Amino acid sequence: MTAELIHRLHFAFTITFHYLFPQLTMGLALLIVVLKSVALKTGSEQWDRAARFWGRIFGINFVFGVVTGIPMEFEFGTNWARFSQLSGGVIGQPLAMEGVFSFFLESAFLGLFLYGEKRISKLMHWFSAVMVFVGSWISGFFIIVTDAWMQHPVAYDRLPNGQFEVLSFWHLLLNPWGLHQYAHNMTGAVVTGSFVMGAVGAFYLLEGRMVDYARIFLKVGVIAGLVASVLIIFPTGDLHGKYVARNQPAAMAGMEGLFKTEDGAGMVLIGQPNEETGQIDNPIVVNDALSFLIYGTTKAEVKGLDQIPRDQWPTALPLLFYAYHIMAGLGTWFVLLMIVSAFLLWRQRLYQSRWVLWALLLSFPLPYIANTAGWMTAELGRQPWLIYGLMRTNEGYSNTVSASNGLFTLLGFMGLYSLLGLLFTVLIYREISNGPEPKVIPAKAANAK
Amino acid sequence: MMGFIWFWLVAVMIVGYVVLDGFDLGVGVLHLFLVRTEAERRATLASIGPVWDGNEVWLLAGGGTLYFAFPLLYASAFSGFYLPLMIVLWLLILRGVSLELRNHIEVGVWRALLDGVFGLSSALLTIFFGAALANVLRGVPLQADGYFFLPLWTNWQPGPHPGILDWYTVIGGLLALVALTLHGALWLSIKTSGELAQRTRGIVNPLWLLLAVLTVVSLVATIAVRPASLNNYFNFPVTFLVPVGVIASLAGIWLLNRKAQPVKAFLSSCFYLFFMLAGACWGLYPTLLPATTGTDRDITLSRAISGPHTLAVGLVWWGFGMALAIGYVVFVYSKFRGKVDLHAGGH
Repeated sequence: MTAELIHRLHFAFTITFHYLFPQLTMGLALLIVVLKSVALKTGSEQWDRAARFWGRIFGINFVFGVVTGIPMEFEFGTNWARFSQLSGGVIGQPLAMEGVFSFFLESAFLGLFLYGEKRISKLMHWFSAVMVFVGSWISGFFIIVTDAWMQHPVAYDRLPNGQFEVLSFWHLLLNPWGLHQYAHNMTGAVVTGSFVMGAVGAFYLLEGRMVDYARIFLKVGVIAGLVASVLIIFPTGDLHGKYVARNQPAAMAGMEGLFKTEDGAGMVLIGQPNEETGQIDNPIVVNDALSFLIYGTTKAEVKGLDQIPRDQWPTALPLLFYAYHIMAGLGTWFVLLMIVSAFLLWRQRLYQSRWVLWALLLSFPLPYIANTAGWMTAELGRQPWLIYGLMRTNEGYSNTVSASNGLFTLLGFMGLYSLLGLLFTVLIYREISNGPEPKVIPAKAANAK
Repeated sequence: MMGFIWFWLVAVMIVGYVVLDGFDLGVGVLHLFLVRTEAERRATLASIGPVWDGNEVWLLAGGGTLYFAFPLLYASAFSGFYLPLMIVLWLLILRGVSLELRNHIEVGVWRALLDGVFGLSSALLTIFFGAALANVLRGVPLQADGYFFLPLWTNWQPGPHPGILDWYTVIGGLLALVALTLHGALWLSIKTSGELAQRTRGIVNPLWLLLAVLTVVSLVATIAVRPASLNNYFNFPVTFLVPVGVIASLAGIWLLNRKAQPVKAFLSSCFYLFFMLAGACWGLYPTLLPATTGTDRDITLSRAISGPHTLAVGLVWWGFGMALAIGYVVFVYSKFRGKVDLHAGGH
């Protein structure tokens, strides 16, 4: 295996694992604010307990997010040194800003939210929840800004030594690519948060315990889930897709498996791209749909891979195609499921509809898959570029770190993260088994000390 | 001018990290051998529970600042120290997870395991950080392009082709272990009461003696390994006040601890760390990473610095953001000030 591949896998593996946690915390942070707001407004102890329960789940996720997030900031330097040397002046900024503007805020108020409830007023506790939400969403913003500059470099200049330099702070932060991606990504996080909350509610109802809390979780989860599932397709996904098609035609052609430029391009629902023959095997196609989705008319020309030099094709074409189709397919399922659930909620039949509860329960892993597939689409679509149009991926990795040194630490991370995954599962399982009711300590246990 | 400013801003971030995360690392080391009962253990951990995560943010924010202000240094050092940095990452992961998760687990054996992992990883991290700083002070075998790759050790000598570990960097590691353990002990004596606080105060004196010896040894060793470290001091003799500050703060720790003034003793320890790090940075300036392969290969300020516009842009948001950050830090510490109260909630 080449050093380039190892360094790519190294980053891909660690960031994929990492993003399992922030996508939940970012989504949950919003939902916890909802729970806390209702509790504050109605004075309901039950909603407060619900918020505390999700606060504990949040806390566990947050720790795993933090500890798996630290390696990400290091890996720019350890595994992608040549890239960092040239681009540090630009993308080092949003990364440093994430620490300065978001992490300090988030860690301060999370400490207060989780440990300080008895030291502060109710209003202040609500405010901490809001600040944790703000902090986590700022954090997401700066990461998206970083990625957006690699996808769509703006506001830069090159110094004589080849380094990139920021020309405009605001243009860097308000990169249109980043704004589209941010809206799309954050709704994706809310989808994860609301599906997880809904699934826990469904689980309790199916088990027939914690019924009151289950209803709160389902109500909040389904309403937020419906809104987010719709928003993620329209307008955020729609806008983002159109922007990709105009600015990264190679990525869009790869995502759709469009080998030949066409007027009135069709959209492949299912199929397998065949790089050798340059066509889709076993396709199911909706005629003219792609032209319509991108340009608003059924006859518009969509650039295919045939107009793109072979050495600028996305390097992992089938993977890109599958990742995109999995994301889009799951997105459709989210809307369908949430429409049905919301309808039943409105008709007050959701809590008795066991089949729908089962579907909600079993669907909780799907947003994780969809978010991961979405990120794979973005990052594979950018290939073979590291900074789109400016720097190739094979020019960016650390020369001094050999393939086998990289493989060694990659395997180390895989082992350690397997352990973390196991630990995480056990902890979350325990929290869900314990539920939101405060534990009643039996008198015997208290005496035993 | 920009170079001078950013050099010291990065130094400030490093000092912030060492002073703040330093005490919770030190508490981690102490909790390996100082605490006896489960109640003591919970008090010990509760003294850092709400703040350790925020303290660690200084490492990230400092790393990010280094990244955009001195990209070449960041790229060269992080890829060159590849293996030890990966070990640091693994230790940080184990430490964070074991600290947070012991609260969620009731079974004794698992708790004991997590406690052990937490203490050991804390101790190893202090050693690694000290050794890392010593590596920077000693220099690394830079190639002409500004990159290098260090093996874990070679012949244990700080010559032109050293390893990460040699006798000099081991001294650095031990110094950091002792200094931060003492720092943690002083913190703990502020935050706890009763028998535990007494035992903590009892351990301060032996640690202090050890630290005094190691401080002198490390100063002499640094001058022996890289005599150029003294140049700035002789050119600007007023800066000999920095080593004077080291001695004064060290003495302060001893005296204030004897007078049972734990808060002041802890602050004195903060000053000790500050003077030691500032002194080390001043010994380097304007070099960022010396080369053992000839001074013409040094990574210097002017060679590593980002473009002027980048730095000007950075200065605006950095100043604003850090002012906010310091506000949060002060706010949180004031909310959690005083002795640890084990009945004040938590998760």
